[in-house]
Amino acid sequence: MAKMDLQEKLVSSFMVLENLGELDLDSNVHAIRTEAISAFEKQGFPSKKDEEWKYTSLRAVLNHDYSVFPKAETSVEFKDVKKYFLHEIESYKVIFIDGVYCSFLSSTTHDGYDICLLSAALKNPKYKLTIDNYFNKIVDKSSSVTNLNTAFSKEGVYINIPKNVVLPKPIQIVNFYTGSEKEILLQPRNLVIVGENSHCQIIERHQSLSENVVLTNSVTEIFANKRAIIDFYKIQNDNENASLIDNTFVQQRESSVVSVNTFSFGGKLTRNNLEFYHEGEHIESHLNGISILDKKQHVDTHTIVKHQHPNCESFELYKGIYDDASTGVFNGKVIVDSEAQKTNAFQQNNNILIGDKASINAKPQLEIFADDVKCSHGCTIGQLDESALFYMQSRGIPTKEAKALLLYAFGNEVVEKIKIPELKSRITKLIANKLGVKLGFEF
Amino acid sequence: MIQIKNIHAGIEGKSILNGINLSVKAGEVHAIMGPNGSGKSTLSSVIAGNETYEVSEGDILLDNESILELSPDERAHKGVFMSFQYPIEIPGVSTTNFMKTAINAKRKAHGLEDLPAKDMLKLIREKSELLEMDRKFLSRSLNEGFSGGEKKRNEIFQMAMLEPKLAILDETDSGLDIDALKVVANGVNKLRNKDNAVIVITHYQRLLDYIIPDFVHVLHNGKIVKSGGKELALELEEKGYDWLK
Repeated sequence: MAKMDLQEKLVSSFMVLENLGELDLDSNVHAIRTEAISAFEKQGFPSKKDEEWKYTSLRAVLNHDYSVFPKAETSVEFKDVKKYFLHEIESYKVIFIDGVYCSFLSSTTHDGYDICLLSAALKNPKYKLTIDNYFNKIVDKSSSVTNLNTAFSKEGVYINIPKNVVLPKPIQIVNFYTGSEKEILLQPRNLVIVGENSHCQIIERHQSLSENVVLTNSVTEIFANKRAIIDFYKIQNDNENASLIDNTFVQQRESSVVSVNTFSFGGKLTRNNLEFYHEGEHIESHLNGISILDKKQHVDTHTIVKHQHPNCESFELYKGIYDDASTGVFNGKVIVDSEAQKTNAFQQNNNILIGDKASINAKPQLEIFADDVKCSHGCTIGQLDESALFYMQSRGIPTKEAKALLLYAFGNEVVEKIKIPELKSRITKLIANKLGVKLGFEF
Repeated sequence: MIQIKNIHAGIEGKSILNGINLSVKAGEVHAIMGPNGSGKSTLSSVIAGNETYEVSEGDILLDNESILELSPDERAHKGVFMSFQYPIEIPGVSTTNFMKTAINAKRKAHGLEDLPAKDMLKLIREKSELLEMDRKFLSRSLNEGFSGGEKKRNEIFQMAMLEPKLAILDETDSGLDIDALKVVANGVNKLRNKDNAVIVITHYQRLLDYIIPDFVHVLHNGKIVKSGGKELALELEEKGYDWLK
């Protein structure tokens, strides 16, 4: 069975890396990796028998002979990849090509704060204490894909912002894949630590530049200290042979505000695992996303927000537009512990099915153990509003444009959450492209 | 301009219009009155091309060409406009962007380039002043959270922007207080000229105090049962509809 083969291949690859001495044998991280690979070896890849993977089968995605070791740096020309950057604005950039850091496209810093490579942070004794305190601390250890990433976590972005810093510009993280291997497994690992009162905006993108098969299994850990504000934007607009398992874990301290905004338009299979944990009062968590899919695309969004302290709020807004035979999954779990009184937790999931063969499996899960809380969830699955279509047509707007405008309007609530104007206009253009229209106005 | 010939129409097999004949010339205002359920709104929907209604017999000619096979947007491009009784709320699309899209779609259908942004803004400013509109409504989502009166005013603003040949005002007076009614009627009157025509559909006579019709038709059970001049409207106001049944 191919699936077993890949699992075995990964476990033996780990031993090869270990023998080559590439896994920082003397650090605490090595012990973490060893534990992770053992867990993965036991767990294996998730199958549809797992409740959390009931509607997402990895079988086809795993049925490839993936290369696991990143080769030396492959170069790309800036002009060829410029369009994948938000180049209109100044930003820090941490760019990887085929899993290897690309210095000439990047713009990192150690001046007052660290925006650099995880590999550098893992090796430098200066960062040892931080790594020991934060690395792999909030991941879900029962998740086999996360354990797999941990075992191979060599490269990614390391962001450490001390207290009282408002970053002057956003950080862009782009993982390019050039097609240097026929089939490749990439496993970026990011660690983001934002200090008290500090602000930071991050834009992350995975982009394949070839038709070759790529599976990315990414893990990002985000720590927001007291009153920190973090806005994370995920652009998932990859080509049709690219699949992504994106695991994001967020831990928030008192009065921090963290938003994770996910824009899924491309890719073959995308799985977003998003988990928020509260460690203090007066925390705000925002989870927003929009998926616009066609053909046989599949996007699965699994979120967990765990309210463990009083007076915290969480807001979830996920929208989906499904054409052709595309499929979506939304599973939103909100847990309110008995101590978490005065919690406000709102969850909304709205879907429009356009394609005859399109489908969505939506499951809100509220587990509330406190009695003085405001929690709500709303889930809708519908078609385009015929009366609105007629209204627009009666003004001279042809059906195709009218549909696109209505869909654009449907998704707009999520787009409006974007706090970087240039990113907002970029996302709007991606949406117009995806809907296949030139709308009669500039965004 | 428009000739409605023996139109029979219905919905889901239930017949609503049972042979309507109506001819409107350029420069004229026709009022269509009638009790609830007489088929007034169906008639306006059928002219605008709402596919919910099936036309089983008859024809509608605009400038001597049948428009029955045309989609609603194609009819709009030829100059048909309907002011909705219940304008639809479209969250996420501002009135300005909606109008830009509509105007440029019409221009495209006539082989014209997009209207330059500068000219578009000028047009929007002119027409919104004509309707004494608060500018903030232009940037708000179309009709979302608008009061009944604001929605109707917005309909006439759209009419002013699109400059239709034939405007059908479906119960435009409902939900309007007297001041708003005057503004809306005044807007319609300013837009009237010798080359366009207006069909006013209304239950009550009061709008016709401000938009003076050349002809009044009474609709009952999907047929025009009486036609006359503007004095017919006053008679209906006085006697009600029962004497015509």
